[in-house]
Amino acid sequence: MTSKTTAAERPRAATEPGTVAAVCLAAWMVPGAGHLWLGRRQKALVFLAVLPLMFVIGLLLHGRVFPFEFGEPLVALAAIADMGLGLPWMIARLAGAGEGVVTAVTYEYGNTFLIVAGLLNFLVMLDAYDIAKGRK
Amino acid sequence: MTSHFLLLILFALLVSAVFAALLRDDPRSQARTGAMMFGGFVAAALFLGWLMYPLPL
Repeated sequence: MTSKTTAAERPRAATEPGTVAAVCLAAWMVPGAGHLWLGRRQKALVFLAVLPLMFVIGLLLHGRVFPFEFGEPLVALAAIADMGLGLPWMIARLAGAGEGVVTAVTYEYGNTFLIVAGLLNFLVMLDAYDIAKGRK
Repeated sequence: MTSHFLLLILFALLVSAVFAALLRDDPRSQARTGAMMFGGFVAAALFLGWLMYPLPL
């Protein structure tokens, strides 16, 4: 089976568990950082540009950065999804952004952008993990 | 911006870009996959919207 990846884009497999964990942590904290670490610059730039943009759009659309309320399972699941974006999520939580305006017509759209941005970053993190393990 | 259609287009565009970058390695196939995915998202949304148009009955 042939690979479509160019030589410049070939991953540098990080075999040490500590390095793999650090790559995953970086990928979670800053979208695209894991790919950047592993030499996948073009992909990293796409993730770095798109995922925080989706998060900001979600906030501008009056979406809510959900709190961890385990008494309400759907809210807790949404909070876990929001958390996927790492640093932007932390900044939003610390700055008190993302209170959410339930009466805004774009509230649900905002939530969708916020939640999907976080979930996509989980996928990006898993992709970085696979690359770091030399599977891709 | 409160246009549901424009928000749908924006959402489809951004999600397609991420999935294309995840699934393909070279920029050309990323562009093709992203365009196909974007078209699929928009077409599916329009079709489902059309199906649900009579609701609630």
